[in-house]
Amino acid sequence: MLDILIIGSGGAGLTSALTAKEKGATVLVVGKSYPTASQTSMAQGGINASLGNITPDSIQAHIDDTIKSAHKLCDREMVQELCQDAPNTIKWLEKLGVPFDRTNDAKVAQRQLGGASSKRACYAQDYTGLKILHTLYDTCLKEGIEMIEEYFLLNLITEEKRVLGATFLDIVTGEVKEIQAKNTIIATGGYAGIYKGFTTNSEGATGDGIASILRAGGAVSDMEFVQFHPTALKSSSTLISESARGEGGYLVNTKGERFVDELLPRDVVARAIASEMQKGEEVFLDIRHLGEEKLLHLMPQEVRLCRLYEHVDPITELIPIKPVAHYSMGGIDVNHHLEVTGLSNCYAVGECSNAKIHGANRLGGNSLLEIISMGRKAGENAVKSLLPQSNEIESNQRQQDQEYIEGLFEEYPFERNFYAIQHELGRKFYQHAGIVRDNTQLNNLLNELRVIKSDLDNMGIADKQVENNTNLIDFLQFQNSLEIGEVLLDSALVRDESRGAHYKEAFPNEEDKLYRVNSLYWIEDNVLQNKLVKVID
Amino acid sequence: MQRELTIAINRGKKITHFSVPEEKTTLLKALYYIKEHTDKSLTFSSSCRSGICGTCAVRVNGKEVLACSYTFEEDDLIEPLAYHEIQRDLKVNKQRVRETLKSSKAWLQKSQEIQVTEEQVAVTEKQTDCILCDSCYSSCPVLEVNPDFIGPFALTRAYRYIADPREGNIKGIIDNIQSNGIWDCTLCGNCTEVCPQGINPKMDITLLRGTSSQFGYSDPNFQVMDFNFGGGF
Repeated sequence: MLDILIIGSGGAGLTSALTAKEKGATVLVVGKSYPTASQTSMAQGGINASLGNITPDSIQAHIDDTIKSAHKLCDREMVQELCQDAPNTIKWLEKLGVPFDRTNDAKVAQRQLGGASSKRACYAQDYTGLKILHTLYDTCLKEGIEMIEEYFLLNLITEEKRVLGATFLDIVTGEVKEIQAKNTIIATGGYAGIYKGFTTNSEGATGDGIASILRAGGAVSDMEFVQFHPTALKSSSTLISESARGEGGYLVNTKGERFVDELLPRDVVARAIASEMQKGEEVFLDIRHLGEEKLLHLMPQEVRLCRLYEHVDPITELIPIKPVAHYSMGGIDVNHHLEVTGLSNCYAVGECSNAKIHGANRLGGNSLLEIISMGRKAGENAVKSLLPQSNEIESNQRQQDQEYIEGLFEEYPFERNFYAIQHELGRKFYQHAGIVRDNTQLNNLLNELRVIKSDLDNMGIADKQVENNTNLIDFLQFQNSLEIGEVLLDSALVRDESRGAHYKEAFPNEEDKLYRVNSLYWIEDNVLQNKLVKVID
Repeated sequence: MQRELTIAINRGKKITHFSVPEEKTTLLKALYYIKEHTDKSLTFSSSCRSGICGTCAVRVNGKEVLACSYTFEEDDLIEPLAYHEIQRDLKVNKQRVRETLKSSKAWLQKSQEIQVTEEQVAVTEKQTDCILCDSCYSSCPVLEVNPDFIGPFALTRAYRYIADPREGNIKGIIDNIQSNGIWDCTLCGNCTEVCPQGINPKMDITLLRGTSSQFGYSDPNFQVMDFNFGGGF
């Protein structure tokens, strides 16, 4: 029997695979796309570590900044562990060959990002995620790590709350496959894709792993916390990295006035932009004064993206921007060992997990750090807890899933075009469950979402070919995001306060007495349950 | 009513023409428009929408582009990448082509702890921008005659590691790119022309030839010529 099944082949998945293999376990990485296509490739700005190569820094300062930004919703122990491990994490990546930029005295270069008290983000131009991911991929090939691409996660295989692997739809053949393993690591990424059309995320950020945990009886938490990145291109929602502001870029309105300290945490800056827009102002990023040479050296990707998607040249023109959904702080609820709440032999790591590091608002540069540092931890812990002997079980999960998929090919009249609904829902999530929230609107949207869920029988797939059916994958992803969207909206409704990325005009303050809590959700007897769990220092 | 224009998609058995709204936007958006409104069976691959994940490369009028980064025009002919197994419409199997990374062992062979300077990082700054979109591979005419050719992206990656000061075993890479590798390239430069990241595999291959010479390797084609003519004088 396979020791460790890793679902998801981004930075977190590949890191945990490398670590688990190094510790002697047999590993298999399974993903719905090619590893190098994962969301990690889109991370631009940098990865935090208090190396102090440019400006004085300390682990304590990194911890303090992270806790401050988390608005008292993080787990101090986890934050401390992460920040302490950050310098080692950079060392590890360096050893693998990640080409970080350097200072003129051959140290790893570091830049300023929002909410940081020092120049702390190590970077490789504005391709940091890309270069880390590809180096991890090359190392996986070197270490002979088996990777299966184009397997779409359907369900976890469980026996009395113990996870024993998962079922997948082989996208190429259309067959349902089962992979059993002693331990499973979920590293499937976030869910901001539900804000379709208003997100920097890729098409596949539909929270498939998180939805599978819910269906298997595990718990998720803090799903109401979605980070809005202040600067995405206005017409395409393409990300323009925070490093643009870190390097000295300004935010200006139509009158050319600056209206916010650009280096405050993302939640504050996003709200300031939204408030300008509410007044009828357009908002622009201005990086012209940084000069052509600096821009082409430090932000070659940003320059290209502006020219291509916004048809502006950032060297000479203002960049029209808007804040869009960018990162899921909430996710699969895990303990200090990254074990999933409510299930055994199952770990979650990276954006799909809620390791209580980012709390109510993530700091730029901490997500790449989390996927590598916690990726290593997940790999290690999954090896440590391996049972010496374990036998495959007889499970009917594959059969059930097979029947469900076959049903999709037979039934479903396709009376309603789910693509149109998906776009409409994305827009409504942005408007009503976005930067500024209101209970009436959240409630209406939740009701609407439930109607859509109950109407799935009138949607389904129009493409009836079994092999390479992307219409089917789109539909399965849509269903996952509906399941997640329901939790997101419900938890946003419950939290009658404003904290970090979650902001309600009617409740503008942090209400520690009632809401310094993690909102936990799970499904029991087919009903969504929730509980508010107090954060203890 | 919004004006429309027509693009053609090679779907294997036939070329299908589709009408899409005329606007200055990406080919990927047009493909999604077709899938969501006209024909839900149209099959293509995509992910990030911003030119960084390498998923959506196709050929337009015979030239490789990223669908998410190309602005389409009337009568464009869209086809899947060449030298890849076509799975359906524009979706191809990249698995077999990725094997070239394994056969060339294009990774850090032996990591040595050494100080890396600003200038040394700059040497491979472009090469490490590679997004593995396979455009270069699809454009390479050598693959027409030699399907076992390692191809441009794996060779660029090999160069990226031999030029990294942390590499403690350059020969470990050089040895693996001799057969079906650097000497098979015709230096036509197609790969350089189509790379969406502005990488120059042709130059990297030339540099790899130079390093190979330092390890005692030489152009086998030249040796053959030398054999034919060498004895006569």
